[in-house]
Amino acid sequence: MTFTGNEALALSEPLIFETGRREVTGVDIEDAGLTEDRLGGQARKTPIDLPGLTEPETMRHYVRLSRQNYAIDMGLYPLGSCTMKHNPRLNEKMARLPGFGDIHPLQPLSTVPGALELMGELSRWLITMTGMKAVALSPKAGAQGELAGMMAIRAALRARGENRGTVLVPESAHGTNPATAAALGYRVESIKAREDGTVSVEAVREKLSDDVAAIMLTNPNTCGLFEPEVAAIAEAVHEAGAYFYGDGANFNAIVGKAKPGDLGVDAMHINLHKTFSTPHGGGGPGAGPVVLSERLAPFAPLPFLRDDGTLVERSDECDAGETPFGRLVAFHGQMGMYVRAMAYMLSHGADGLKQASEDAVLAANYIKAQLADVMSVSFPDRPAMHEVLFDERFLKGTGVTTLDFAKAMIDEGYHPMTMYFPLVVPGAMLIEPTESESLASLDLFIATLRDLAKGARDGDTARFTEAPRYAPRRRLDETRGARKPVLTYEASSDFKEAAE
Amino acid sequence: MRYHPLTSDDRELMLSRIGVKSIDDLFVDVPNAHLVEGLMDLPKGKSEIAVERLLAKMAGKNRAAGEGPFFVGAGAYRHHVPASVDHLIQRSEFLTSYTPYQAEISQGTLQVLFEFQTQVARLTGMEVANASMYDGSTAAAEAVMMAARLTRRGKAIVAGGVHPQYRDVIETVAVGVDVEAMPADPTASEDVATKIDDSIACVVVQSPSFYGHILDLKPIAEACHKAGALLVACFTEVVALGAIEPPGAQGADIVVGEGQSLGNPLTFGGPYVGLFAGLKKHVRQMPGRLAGETVDADGKRGYTLTLNTREQHIRRDKATSNICTNSGLCSLAFTIHMTLLGETGLTRLARLNHAKAIKAADALARVPGVTVLNESFFNEFTIKVPGDAHTVIEKLAERDVLGGVPVSRLDEKAPGDLIVVAATELTTDDDIDAYASTLGDVL
Ligand SMILES: Cc1ncc(COP(=O)(O)O)c(C=O)c1O
Repeated sequence: MTFTGNEALALSEPLIFETGRREVTGVDIEDAGLTEDRLGGQARKTPIDLPGLTEPETMRHYVRLSRQNYAIDMGLYPLGSCTMKHNPRLNEKMARLPGFGDIHPLQPLSTVPGALELMGELSRWLITMTGMKAVALSPKAGAQGELAGMMAIRAALRARGENRGTVLVPESAHGTNPATAAALGYRVESIKAREDGTVSVEAVREKLSDDVAAIMLTNPNTCGLFEPEVAAIAEAVHEAGAYFYGDGANFNAIVGKAKPGDLGVDAMHINLHKTFSTPHGGGGPGAGPVVLSERLAPFAPLPFLRDDGTLVERSDECDAGETPFGRLVAFHGQMGMYVRAMAYMLSHGADGLKQASEDAVLAANYIKAQLADVMSVSFPDRPAMHEVLFDERFLKGTGVTTLDFAKAMIDEGYHPMTMYFPLVVPGAMLIEPTESESLASLDLFIATLRDLAKGARDGDTARFTEAPRYAPRRRLDETRGARKPVLTYEASSDFKEAAE
Repeated sequence: MRYHPLTSDDRELMLSRIGVKSIDDLFVDVPNAHLVEGLMDLPKGKSEIAVERLLAKMAGKNRAAGEGPFFVGAGAYRHHVPASVDHLIQRSEFLTSYTPYQAEISQGTLQVLFEFQTQVARLTGMEVANASMYDGSTAAAEAVMMAARLTRRGKAIVAGGVHPQYRDVIETVAVGVDVEAMPADPTASEDVATKIDDSIACVVVQSPSFYGHILDLKPIAEACHKAGALLVACFTEVVALGAIEPPGAQGADIVVGEGQSLGNPLTFGGPYVGLFAGLKKHVRQMPGRLAGETVDADGKRGYTLTLNTREQHIRRDKATSNICTNSGLCSLAFTIHMTLLGETGLTRLARLNHAKAIKAADALARVPGVTVLNESFFNEFTIKVPGDAHTVIEKLAERDVLGGVPVSRLDEKAPGDLIVVAATELTTDDDIDAYASTLGDVL
């Protein structure tokens, strides 16, 4: 134990509430010379109790904190479904050009033709890549894109005079799918996957009725498989008068290889923060433009861009045939993300985007092939797409769980894969390497997982159950956190009492 | 391609180790008829230089706010962001990490979120805050849905001073809630308290209002609570909280707002950061992520995402919201800027904003034909001009003055002769003089 509690570069860092002071500030601000306010008698009387730090202290605080995070720039980050690929820094630079970063959403549109041009260009790329009719750019993330697509479907049904109440969702779906359907008041009906991890057209047909508004299907699905019957499912859904919502979180596997529009998709969100590499930023922001089929295009939310490049902001500006279902966000959406995604697309081009899909699929299948004899591949019979699903069967009898295995990866310098999702296999481990890894990097990762699998089999249980040992923190007590939540700093917090 | 580490030789080797001949053998599940041969209509990849040229050209066509007199607000504000903020948020460890689900190697992000939640709670005068929503407008819609769940009532009133697009978002997103939107209230003369009865889940009120007026929320809170309804207090300019009484001290039950002003550039409307604060007793109905303090296996203090059973990844169709990705990096920028300011800096910044707005209001009031509608305001106010506000704003823009937002651009039912005008610490006396004299010219 050192005197400071630090260990060389492993530096601990208190909260700003413990080090900062109310009278300290790191920003010099001129005196306002205010003699009399016009705050209508509402001037603040109660103190805010917010500490400040000077600039050097602030730098140190947040640099120290940053070093307690793992990041793509540090190593392979195989989080299935999340697509942790390289984030080119050119994209950051472009988003910060004053002509993009320093423009206001409500300055006259005549003063921002370049912004509308960029939105038009992004729309054209997204529409071309997906083979769809139109795109609503404004949704702020995938989940809001789902809301946009499902609201367009609801509006289309209403326009036909129908009020359907059920949405079909395969059990392998991401949680946002059922949550979105439920937020719109739909009853969620689950569809079972086949033994091979895919959805059959028969299983869908069985659930179809004139009360079904839509199916929400992820393709490639969350088991990392391309749904082989997707076109037939689309047909069956359409025959029943329902719509096909495609969750496009995994679009990165098929860009330049297949177009969702050709497969019968009516609406699909695209997570720009996955497929088109806008940085995840520790949880956001993202962007979730939703592409729409010809039948749904008229219902796109405000604001929308016409083919001629004009931006429609209000419903009274709409022409006949433009019937937006409403507005999902103030202003026009995630411009900062549009610029980054556009820079990514321009850099790759049609050829590079196709290569990215192919390399991502190649890398996932390589991992699958190299680990199949020591870990349990959940669905070995089909090629994987951009991610490969393993489950806990290979750990049976070892006393090691999926969670333990994942935490042992941390000690080896890796971020764990997505765990316990999808829900269709026990102890799921979903690995997505992306196209950003070199062969050497993939080989080291594979060798590491082989060694871990061997360690588990050989009874080196402590390597797993005690993990992580070398991370900034050992395992955290999540039950305690949830039972008596401490969500803000209070001088007399639970922690302090326990420590005293 | 500069971003793809695999070489053709690597690819060949990998294919042979997998045991297939070509990459398309891995795409066999895509029906043949649906395999496309690339993306014919799109260009080939470009060098970094070429992309920079192309995008700089597009950006160059826009009139950046910093290029001349600028008075546009109405929900997004141009403030000075210290250089250290943008440097820190571009640290790889913050920029290129995912949601902190693996707490042991995400303590940086988690501690930042805990600091963010604490700052937001203290600023708003509330007990707890979440780890961010997409923006102020979606936070407002989520607040209405949360109030409906808490009160088990199906009606909400949106006051006439609420940002018209926030109102539109609430009407669209709060499915199942019957939303009564009050008419535009440019003079802060409506009496929302008289509309409240025991069928109402919540009233949404904005202060400073869209038109800039600062409201006394206490009588509205009282009327709400008497009827068993909740007060949702909303703001679009968080810097105002450095100058005015916090909504929490006036009886608000849920406080939502836009946090863009601290740390985040204008960027044509997004990404921004929605602030969401409330009371401890309601926390299990809150939407979005929450970071909480706990201890690790060695007894060391640490942080983790908590109360996850509210969220979609656990509760699926029973979740409090479908939100997943939020505004992580924008909340980091907010927290760093707020830490640099501290209470002292925020208070000074707020006073300076207020002083600039007073100067601007007085200068514009002296322009013949122009009336300032506000008695109270923070850094934003509404003027009435003779004639059509759109035309006036366009004429000003032709003379390189971005003079504010015509109210009717956002709300077709509002009077056509009103402009919302904002000033911040970046507004100079020269800008104000230029605005006043140009406005005189174009009227
Ligand atoms: C399959 C799938 N669907 C939907 C989502 C939701 O997207 P977002 O987090 O952008 O809201 C995600 C990612 O989190 C996902 O993996």
